[in-house]
Amino acid sequence: MPKYLLLKHYRGGPEPHRPCPPIDQWAPEDVEAHMAFQHHVSELLQQNGEFVDAQALTPTRTWVRYGGPDAAPVTTDGPHPETSDLVAGWWMIDVESYERALEIAAYASSEPGPGGTPLYEWIDVREVMWERPRTDAA
Amino acid sequence: MSERPEPGALRGVDRDLIPRALAGLVRRGEDFDAAEDALQEALLEALRVWPEHPPRDPRAWLTAVATRRLVDARRSEAARQRREQALQEAEPRVDAPAPAAGDDTLFLLFCCCHPELAPASQVALTLRAVGGLTTREIADAFYVPEATMAQRISRAKRSLRGRRLDQPGDLAVVLRVLYLVYTTGHATDRVDLAGEAIRLARQLTLATDEPEARGLLALMLLNHARLPARFDAAGRIVTLDRQDRGLWDTREIAEGVRVLQSALALQRRGRYQIEAAIAALHDDAASAEQTDWPQILAWYDELVALGADPVRQDPAAVLGRAVAVGHVHGPAAGLRETERLREVLGERHRWHAVRGHLYELAGDLPAAAGAYTEAARRATTVAERDHLIRQAARARGHEAVSDRSARRPPRR
Repeated sequence: MPKYLLLKHYRGGPEPHRPCPPIDQWAPEDVEAHMAFQHHVSELLQQNGEFVDAQALTPTRTWVRYGGPDAAPVTTDGPHPETSDLVAGWWMIDVESYERALEIAAYASSEPGPGGTPLYEWIDVREVMWERPRTDAA
Repeated sequence: MSERPEPGALRGVDRDLIPRALAGLVRRGEDFDAAEDALQEALLEALRVWPEHPPRDPRAWLTAVATRRLVDARRSEAARQRREQALQEAEPRVDAPAPAAGDDTLFLLFCCCHPELAPASQVALTLRAVGGLTTREIADAFYVPEATMAQRISRAKRSLRGRRLDQPGDLAVVLRVLYLVYTTGHATDRVDLAGEAIRLARQLTLATDEPEARGLLALMLLNHARLPARFDAAGRIVTLDRQDRGLWDTREIAEGVRVLQSALALQRRGRYQIEAAIAALHDDAASAEQTDWPQILAWYDELVALGADPVRQDPAAVLGRAVAVGHVHGPAAGLRETERLREVLGERHRWHAVRGHLYELAGDLPAAAGAYTEAARRATTVAERDHLIRQAARARGHEAVSDRSARRPPRR
């Protein structure tokens, strides 16, 4: 039973299939429908026994690095803040197969956008590593 | 779904008591789902009553109480639907003489490994109903929330509802499910799924003479015996050729060999027996250098001959055989064998790791380093990725200082 992260992005990723304005510029009922769909996906995953986790991230990002001995951490908001990849949140799922993960991601991507029609958002599917192999390596 | 009381709550009671009582109820024609719920209630009552009045026959006691619950449930259901007639027909038949313990286990395994359930559901239901684990324990062993596992189990039980469960099931599915439990479950503080799989496989061999059931048990034992040597104290992988063989569990190896011999004597070979034979040959070598590779290759030949198109049907077997070919006929021959698998396994870490090993055998360290790097990039476990990165670094001659102790674990 592999686990996958289905990552949603604020920005970054392939060219949008259906370009549209940011969600805060949508009609209120479209925003409601969009959010209700996110809950619906989580509930569906729970009913299926495939749900592990769902989280959302704030869009504020800070890059931090070690500042050196006796120096404060060094921070920046990045060299190209407008174009860099920015994760918005994820579902973590525990499923039978990679194919099933793609199926769920595609369903999540059918979420309603402006006008209530599908958004066709790109979902970033990443496999979660297990800690240890269960048998001897070759 | 009611939760099972804590293990040990009924001290001195056989762990297989509940599965056996459940098997009896389902065999009699009760619904799997309803029977399990009724049994949980009976168990709660047992917790209350038994300390003062221990039963003479715990299984009969539980069965009687659970039956009463089932009848009560049916009555209220029937009253609600005003179908008094249906009630009479639905009364359970008189209890047949109790079958042997092995029969119950096999019967219950066939229910839980119903071919129409998804593998994850088969695994969960088997651990719950036959293994007697709590939902929490199963969830922990698969790193999923308890609610998710509970949902998986109740869905599985729902899909069994209304099905006839009195037909003999598919033993091949049962074997696959037990092997899945062995290979995919994790050891937590409270439960070790590999040990649980071995326990269930042992029960299965008591219930059927099928040689593949024994082959599976032997395979698990012979593989499990090496577990103490498979990781060093820091959790780093120690490959088979570098393992401290003094740490291997000789008792498990002896049992595995004995079980395997009894299976092979039946002259109906299958993949589990063959894989167990290969594991036995590894376990039998006093040092990596003394490994009987020609014999291992002969077993791999037999393993890949099981299917018409082994490259597609069983690429892992063809890959394992390539390693054996490398040791018997030289690394170049082994590498040629891996080429056949490029299309099927070229994106899997193990294919690259095997090639790294074969390049290293051939003394081509730059090629080995390249293959290990490719393998590390595709690894699906953290331990393997880290191991492959170390292998790549080592082959490049930039051996990390902290890695030295890991490569040759000290003998205890």
